[in-house]
Amino acid sequence: MATAKDRAQPKPGSGLNDDIGEQKRLALYRSQVRLREAEQRAYDLFLQNLVKGTSHLSLGQEAIAAGFAEAMQKGDLSFCTYRGHAHTLARGVPVEKVLGELMQRDNGLMRGKGGSMHLTSEEHGVMGSYAIIGAHLPIACGAAWRAQYKGDKDVSVCFFGDGTTNIGAFHEALNFAAVWKLPVIFVCENNLYMEYTPIADVTAVPHPAADRAASYGLERIIIDGNDADECYRNAQKAFAKARAGEGPSLIECMTYRHSGHSRADPAKYRPEGELEKWKLRDPIKIYRERLKQFGVSDSDIEAIDASVRKEVDDATEICKAAPNPPLDILAADVYADGGWAWRN
Amino acid sequence: MAELTYRDAVIRGIAQEMSRDPDVVFLGEDVAKAGGVFKATVGLYEQFGPLRVRDTPISEQAILGAAMGAAMTGLKPIAEIMFSDFFAVCFDYIANEFPKSRYMSNGQTKCPLVVRTGNGAGSRFGAQHSQSVENWCMMIPGLKVVAPSNPRDVIGLLAASVRDPDPVIFLEHKSLYPTKGEVPDGEIVDSLGTAKVLRSGTDATICALALMVPRALEAAEKLKAEQGIDCEVVDVRSLVPLDTQTILGSVAKTHRLFTVEENPRLCGWGAEIVSIAADEAFYDLDGPPVRITTPHIPLPAADILEDAVLPTVDRIAERVSRSLRG
Repeated sequence: MATAKDRAQPKPGSGLNDDIGEQKRLALYRSQVRLREAEQRAYDLFLQNLVKGTSHLSLGQEAIAAGFAEAMQKGDLSFCTYRGHAHTLARGVPVEKVLGELMQRDNGLMRGKGGSMHLTSEEHGVMGSYAIIGAHLPIACGAAWRAQYKGDKDVSVCFFGDGTTNIGAFHEALNFAAVWKLPVIFVCENNLYMEYTPIADVTAVPHPAADRAASYGLERIIIDGNDADECYRNAQKAFAKARAGEGPSLIECMTYRHSGHSRADPAKYRPEGELEKWKLRDPIKIYRERLKQFGVSDSDIEAIDASVRKEVDDATEICKAAPNPPLDILAADVYADGGWAWRN
Repeated sequence: MAELTYRDAVIRGIAQEMSRDPDVVFLGEDVAKAGGVFKATVGLYEQFGPLRVRDTPISEQAILGAAMGAAMTGLKPIAEIMFSDFFAVCFDYIANEFPKSRYMSNGQTKCPLVVRTGNGAGSRFGAQHSQSVENWCMMIPGLKVVAPSNPRDVIGLLAASVRDPDPVIFLEHKSLYPTKGEVPDGEIVDSLGTAKVLRSGTDATICALALMVPRALEAAEKLKAEQGIDCEVVDVRSLVPLDTQTILGSVAKTHRLFTVEENPRLCGWGAEIVSIAADEAFYDLDGPPVRITTPHIPLPAADILEDAVLPTVDRIAERVSRSLRG
C-alpha cells in the first residue's frame, strides 16, 4: 500500500526530478498564489463588512485545488463543497465573479442568488458547490455515469473534507462508483478538523478516507496535500485510470487550514503551536522554494506575485463599484421556463 | 384500444420514452433483472439492455444523486425509489438538491429527471411502507408533483414527466397497480398541470387524487343513485403545477367543494386547494369547503384498522350528503 512516504518524489536538489516541467510548474505557482490572494482578499473584505453571509476559506489548502485543476482537461467536471472558492477559481473562473458573489453584487457568478457556499460556473466545468455534507459525491457519480454511458472521455472530480467521510452519502457513493466502475475521482482534503472538532476524535480509523478505501476495493492513497506537485502527479494518475475505464480513485490529501472553519470561527480549539508548525509547510512557501531550486529568479517570482495581486485588486474595485442585484431576478429560474409559476 | 393494468401501463410508459430517446435511462433497486418488487418494470432490462436499465445497491442517496448528476450533464434519468416512505432517507436530493440547483446557480444548472415511487396505503404494510407523501413534495419550490389514477394517465403523465425540463416526483399508487383501464394504441403524451373532470355534475365538486379518485367516482354514483345528489369529480392529477382553473371552474358551477385526500390531514394538498377557493371563489361557495382525509396518525398495519382510517366510498358519500342535506 502506498503511503505519503513511499509516494514522495525525489526532493529537488542535485538530480532534480523534472517530471512537472517549467511551464506547468509556473502555472501551479501562479494558481496557488491566485487562490491565496483571492481568499485573503475575501477575508479582508469580510472585515470591512463587504462580504456578507458566511464564507469558508481554503487558506493553506491551495495546493490541492491548484494541483488537481492543473491536471484537468477542458470538459472535466469539478464538484465542490461550501469550501469551494479555491476550486472554482482554480478552473479559471475570474476573481471578480467569485468576489462579486461573496459581496452579493449583481456581477457575481450567480448574481447573488447562490452565495459563497454554492459557487457554480458550468462553462468552466464547475458543476456546483454543495453545502450539504456529502451530497455531491453521488451527484459526481451521476455525471460520471453519463460519461460512461455516452462514451464521453471527461472525468468528474469531487472534492470534500475529512468530516464528509462519516456521512452515509460518502459510503453510498464510493460503493456505487466502485460497482459501476465510474470515471470519478474522490478527493478528500483532510485538514484534521471537521468544523471545530478534531477528525481523530470522531472517526474509527486514523485516515478517515484512505482507511475506508479497502471497503470499496480501492487503493489506499494518502498524499502530501501541501505539495502541489504531489497533488498534480496523483491527479494525473487518477485521471489516466478513470479515462482508461478502470474506475474511481479515492485520494486523501493531508493539509491544514490556516483560518477557522468559517468566518465565525476563531479556531481557538487548536493546540498551541499547531498552526505555526503547519505554516512552516505552507504550500506557497514550499513551492516558492521549489521554483528557486529549479532556477527561477526572485524577480520572476515577484512578477507573478505582482500580476496576481493586480488581478485581485482590479477585481475588488470592479466588485465594489458593482450594483446590488435587481429585485426582478428574485423569482426567476425556479423552473426551467424561467419563472416560478406553480399554478395556472 | 386495449385493456391494460396500471402496472403494465408503467412498463409501457417507460418503454415508450426509452424507445423514443436514447438519453432516457432507468435505475433503481431490483428494477432490472428482477423486474421490480411491484413487477412494474418487467421486461425493460431485456428490451433496453444493461446499460440503460440498471440495478443499484440499496443506496437511495446514491440513486437520486446519480440521477441528478446524469440529468445535469445531459441524460434524462428515471429513478425508482421503491416505497415513497424511503424519500425520508434521501430527502436531501428531493428538498435541497434537485429543486434548488437551477435557482441558486442563476439558471445554469438543469435537472430534468423523474423519480418514480410506490406511494400510498392498502397493502397492510404498516406506517413505514404505506404513506402518502404527496404533501412532503408539494411544499418544495422547484419540484413538480404528479399522481396518476388510471393506466392511461400513467403512460401520458409519465411521458410528460420524462419530457419535462424540471425534476418531477411521479407518485404511483401501490393499490392501483392491479387495476385495469382502457388505453389507446400508439404513443400517449399528456401534459402536466392539467386536472380532469372525470364525472360531470351540478351539486358538488369532489377533488381527488390517485387511489381516492376511483373512490370519489364510486361515491358520486352512490350519491346519485341513493339521494339524487349529482357530484362533479375532478381528478387533480398534478399537484404542481396545479390546475386551479379547472378546479375553480367546477366550484363556480357546483358551488360546493370537497377534497378527498389520502395524506394525513395536516398540511395536506386539500388545504391548499381550500385556501385558494376561499381566497378566489368565496362568493361562488354556498357552504364551507370540506376536507375528507386520513386522520393525523401513523398508518396501522392490520386491514381492519387501515380500512378504518383511509377515506372510503361510504365515508365520502356520507360526508358530502351531510354537508348538502344537513
